[in-house]
Amino acid sequence: MHKTNSLSFINHLVRFIAFIFTLLFIGTGLSQAQELTEDAGVIAQGEELFKGNCTACHKINEKLLGPALRDVTERRELDWLLTYIKNPQKMISSGDPIANELFDEYQIVMTSFPFSDDQIASILSYIRAESAKPMETAVAAPSADGESVAESGIPEGYMNAIMIGLIAILAILLVVLFLIINVLSRFLKEKDLDDNQREVVNQRLDLRALVKSNAFLGFAAFFFTAIVLKTALDGVFTVGVQQGYAPTQPIAFSHKLHAGQYEIDCNYCHTGVRKSKNANIPSPNICMNCHLLVMPDSPEIAKIYDAIDNNTPIEWVRVHNLPDLSYFNHSQHVEVGGIECETCHGPVKEMEVIQQHANLTMGWCINCHRETNLNTKGNAYYNKLVELHSEVSKEPMKVEDNGGLECSRCHY
Amino acid sequence: MEKPKKQYWKGLEQLSNDPSFVEKEKNEFPEMLPTGNEDSGASRRDFLKMMGFSVAAASLAACEAPIRKAIPYLNKPLEIDPGVPVYYASSYMNGGDYCSVVVKTREGRPIKIEGNDLSAVSGGGTTAQVEASVLSLYDKQRFQNPTNGGSPVTWEDLDKEVISQLESISSGGGQIRIVANSIYSPSTLAAIEEFKVKYPGTEVVTYDSISNYGIAKANELSFGQAGVPLYDFSQAKTIVSFDADFLGTWINPVLYSKQFSKTRKLGPNNKEMSRLYSFESNMSVTGANADYRTAIKPSEQGAYVIGLYNAIAGKAGAESISGGSSSEIINKAAEGLWRSQGASIVVSGSNDPNVQVIINGINSLLGNYGTTIDLNKSVNFRSGNDEQMEKFVADLGAGSVGGVIFYNCNPIYDYPKGDAIASNLSKASLTLSTSDRLDETSGAVTYIAPDHHYLESWNDAEPVAGHFSLSQPTISNLFNTRQGQESILTWAGNESSYYDFMKANWEATHFANQLAESELQVFWDKTLHDGVYMPATDTQAGAIAFAGDLNLAAANIPSGGSGLELVITSTVAVGAGNQANNPWLQEMPDPVTKACWENYLTISQPHAAELGIVMSEGNTQKVDLSVGGTTLNVPVVVQPGQASGTIGLALGYGRRNAGLVADELGVDANPLVGIVNGTRSYAVSGASISVTGESYQVAHTQTHQTHMDRHYVVQESTLGEYQKDAAAGRHFPQITTLKGKKQPYDISLWKGHTYTNHHWGMVIDMNSCTGCGTCTIACQAENNVPVVGKEEVLNRREMTWLRIDRYYSSDADSSDLKGLEKAAENPEVTFQPMMCQHCNNAPCETVCPVAATTHSTEGLNQMVYNRCIGTRYCANNCPYKVRRFNWFKYHDNSQFSTNLSMSNDLGKMVLNPDVTVRSRGVMEKCTMCVQRIQYGKLEAKKEKRRVNDGEVVTACAKACPTDAITFGDLLDSKSKVSKMLKIEK
Repeated sequence: MHKTNSLSFINHLVRFIAFIFTLLFIGTGLSQAQELTEDAGVIAQGEELFKGNCTACHKINEKLLGPALRDVTERRELDWLLTYIKNPQKMISSGDPIANELFDEYQIVMTSFPFSDDQIASILSYIRAESAKPMETAVAAPSADGESVAESGIPEGYMNAIMIGLIAILAILLVVLFLIINVLSRFLKEKDLDDNQREVVNQRLDLRALVKSNAFLGFAAFFFTAIVLKTALDGVFTVGVQQGYAPTQPIAFSHKLHAGQYEIDCNYCHTGVRKSKNANIPSPNICMNCHLLVMPDSPEIAKIYDAIDNNTPIEWVRVHNLPDLSYFNHSQHVEVGGIECETCHGPVKEMEVIQQHANLTMGWCINCHRETNLNTKGNAYYNKLVELHSEVSKEPMKVEDNGGLECSRCHY
Repeated sequence: MEKPKKQYWKGLEQLSNDPSFVEKEKNEFPEMLPTGNEDSGASRRDFLKMMGFSVAAASLAACEAPIRKAIPYLNKPLEIDPGVPVYYASSYMNGGDYCSVVVKTREGRPIKIEGNDLSAVSGGGTTAQVEASVLSLYDKQRFQNPTNGGSPVTWEDLDKEVISQLESISSGGGQIRIVANSIYSPSTLAAIEEFKVKYPGTEVVTYDSISNYGIAKANELSFGQAGVPLYDFSQAKTIVSFDADFLGTWINPVLYSKQFSKTRKLGPNNKEMSRLYSFESNMSVTGANADYRTAIKPSEQGAYVIGLYNAIAGKAGAESISGGSSSEIINKAAEGLWRSQGASIVVSGSNDPNVQVIINGINSLLGNYGTTIDLNKSVNFRSGNDEQMEKFVADLGAGSVGGVIFYNCNPIYDYPKGDAIASNLSKASLTLSTSDRLDETSGAVTYIAPDHHYLESWNDAEPVAGHFSLSQPTISNLFNTRQGQESILTWAGNESSYYDFMKANWEATHFANQLAESELQVFWDKTLHDGVYMPATDTQAGAIAFAGDLNLAAANIPSGGSGLELVITSTVAVGAGNQANNPWLQEMPDPVTKACWENYLTISQPHAAELGIVMSEGNTQKVDLSVGGTTLNVPVVVQPGQASGTIGLALGYGRRNAGLVADELGVDANPLVGIVNGTRSYAVSGASISVTGESYQVAHTQTHQTHMDRHYVVQESTLGEYQKDAAAGRHFPQITTLKGKKQPYDISLWKGHTYTNHHWGMVIDMNSCTGCGTCTIACQAENNVPVVGKEEVLNRREMTWLRIDRYYSSDADSSDLKGLEKAAENPEVTFQPMMCQHCNNAPCETVCPVAATTHSTEGLNQMVYNRCIGTRYCANNCPYKVRRFNWFKYHDNSQFSTNLSMSNDLGKMVLNPDVTVRSRGVMEKCTMCVQRIQYGKLEAKKEKRRVNDGEVVTACAKACPTDAITFGDLLDSKSKVSKMLKIEK
């Protein structure tokens, strides 16, 4: 880890010095154009834009629909990039040699994006920052994460072993006790005993009497009723809960392939997730951004063409069904709350067929509102609230503390 | 407790302490449980038990959830994101009414209409009819195809036939008439010009459902310039209205209410307000808001107007005219007017040009032209010409009209001589209507070329000279309809779409005449975005010398009516009846009578006593009303304030061919409207009533939720006392304890609530509220409030979350029975909007056994439908009686088929997707539009800032044309609402 850090630091330093020199040499010629920066905020903005808009066709290190973007800021002039991203078609038709070369190679015109110069600069800053990282770091990171998760808490295997051990010890105890009773009663039988004592010693375990005893019947009836009630109640609570619901969809769309293997950001297709209550199921024009070129002959893609040709929309089967009486807003949770999609939707990147991960009961919602810290950082809406909260409590402010358990937040 | 100074009563039964009423008003709910099958023993309860068990069993057995589909757009439009509302500016144009609006759409369907603040013609408010027009869009009664003789045809076939017929009429030198309500769309007029070029025998005949032709004609006589002028009530310190209900129904009530309310806003910096004198026969909204109301007969109006002229002429040193009556109140009004010269208005609702000439004379003496009245700004949406229309009816009868096109109008119903038009239609070889829905006229013509609804149309308008506005489609046409102007263009041989035609028209006129924008598209987009456009002009407000012949006019005023005088009005809710098939409007109680679902004859109390009619809780009698040769069987409503010797009846009802909701509701008063000297007259003398003894119930919301013995229901004071003491009339209750008198909140049982984030609050300025009821319809549209029908209103089960209480009051002491009786003849009226008060320690919250109603950290009293089990304890404990119980399932229920917004798939498109449709057995009430609060907060959080004041506005506050309702955050010291409360403290 240290090694990578220092390496990247040196890398940065070298680039920075090179950059300064370029600036010095080029002089004022570049001053009017946008400049790339190392500001973390700008890079974060660029990352968001990049992931939301570019990842469908571009990767940093791999060729996808379009070229790998590693070191693209080195390869191309900044002005060229700004113009190209805004309107690639115009550049191709204007006879720009690089643009035409790219078109010849990839046989696709990049979608034009109505970004401002600042936005493009932030994306390029992000790409430059990513390019500066060595290739293997990206691959190494998850495994380290995985281990650290495993370390916290006792592994499940140990728990099972402990349980089995306990049961075995209890069984041995029982056998030993039984043997002791046998030995003792045999010893007593050989002694001289009066009638009363003999009766006690010879007393046999009368199972029938035991079963008929009121105490036993009472206990049995109680346990039976309790178990039946518990099962019934559990049953009632699962009414309408569709956890694990994975219906067959009209098109065999694989999230595992798109979100997992190709790492397309959820935002790219589910466009409403940051601005609307609905995340939105993408309309075919979004599919066609890529599938005009990617696997256009697949029978599944043909279904999309059919839908467009016949003017009949695709009828997906709805997986997550909240009852009408509860209001849920994606943008509140994702944009404002900063919740990851996976928190509620589970490991979508591993799902061949999408399924309902959480149980979506009110208890589940409430529980999360009790446990989750309010994402107040950098949001002026919450400034005064955080101040007031810190006066009365040392705990971080939970969603609950801002009325997150109130009825009218979800029911109206 | 201190004795109240005034007596308040909601209805006459309360005033007279009717024993059965006293018995009933103690109960929150009527004692009878009208379940429909009382006769069949305990069957309902048994049935419920059985149902309960079998439903539980079935739901446990069938845990499989139904498969639900999620269907995305095939090609998502760029501007639409599901879940995010999109707003479009547009213009409401219906009959003789206009309002500039902003349409809220969700997923491409319009769900709510709001006022456009940029408009100088409607001032940002709306009316109940404008609010309700969104439901009319989703009416199944609309035409789904063009038809020929009742059977659907294609547009091509229709055009072919219509063109060939028009050509044959035209080539034979025949006459073609386009009959319409006021046409004030410049592009429509241009399209008609093209039509005229192709068919030279064409003439346009315009009339309005409710005529103001008398004013236009009087202005021609007085100033040589016909037209209904635009008034500016905001500049008027003294206003005198003779039967002109400018706050309710007269010409442009949205703007006039707004202007009037500006003169009524009191505060530390303004302790003066305007004076309104009203002389009228029926009790109208304007009369109810007047400072001085005088009940007069319509036949006396002429004398009063002349009297006022003479009184002012005396002060001005002008020549007086002969005749007229003088009285104390006229002299008082004259004095007030004279004091506020140039800042006063005298208006009359009379359609007699002679009366209007004298009114013009008065305004001219007072120097009001150029200040409060602008002759150059003629109101184009009331430019119908009664004389033209009369001529058309005569021509049609004579058989000299070859073809008639009824352009979005319904004269067979709403013109007095509708019967004559209907019976003579066969004399024209081509009869065509462009009406978008079935009505009396479209039911009588051969061809129907249905127009789009205004929410589906492109259009432009010049509602007032120099003020332009645009309409744009907010949804693609639901049915196979075609824009009316496009039909006219097609028949004229112009193949271009109306949109292109209109845009070209704007390019040639407005775009060419302005300098601000150099690109057409930029200019167009901006205008479309704003919805309104006002070219810069340098014309001064019109002040033209008065040149009318007053003596001639005075001599021409018909003198003295004979017998009972009938005054025909229109209601705030239904108006002329264009939107009669709209259940929201039908169930909206009239602001004054508080009756709904039909029209009725209003009579004065002494008159009722004379006829032996006692009215109690809607129980009344039907009488036979005879005017001329027409007899109508109509129920009677006893109305305090009705001028003696007069009776009132509203237009807009008695529709014969309007649809499921409106057909056979009430009686049609149109045939009773008289035509005097070519103008329609809404006051008819010689009426007679004969009692039939037939008992009848009128659905009132009037005495529901009423409480006698509660003092200080309304806290009011006179201006004089207010000027001395800002707290005059306020009642501050104190509670006597062992340690002396204490403030109520000092000895509360409850700990109270602390608010850290927001504390939402609402203030209603009762001095501004005119009681028009627009807010109630806005609330209904926003919050998916069901319509329950007349039967359920009679059972006191209306569902409106927001009601407007109307109290009559008088200064007479409660023991002075004679005084009270006299006061009942012309009482003072107070309006008090009433909805959930979101009490800090709400009585409803403490009695709910399942905690279905709780208090939020933002000061809202929350109502959770899915938790409610329907004990109704909360409603029982509510001091304001604002909780509503769902006695039935009102949606998808054939027994509530008039609840159009919930009974069919088309109607359901109007529902607000953010608000639950409540089911049977749960309580509901005002939520302070919590969905809007949540939306506003979320938008602020997304932009990382606090909520700005004015960003979160409830539907009622947005709709209010008088800005009487202010909503906001009490914790925000800069918010308007917290500032207003500070003033009060």
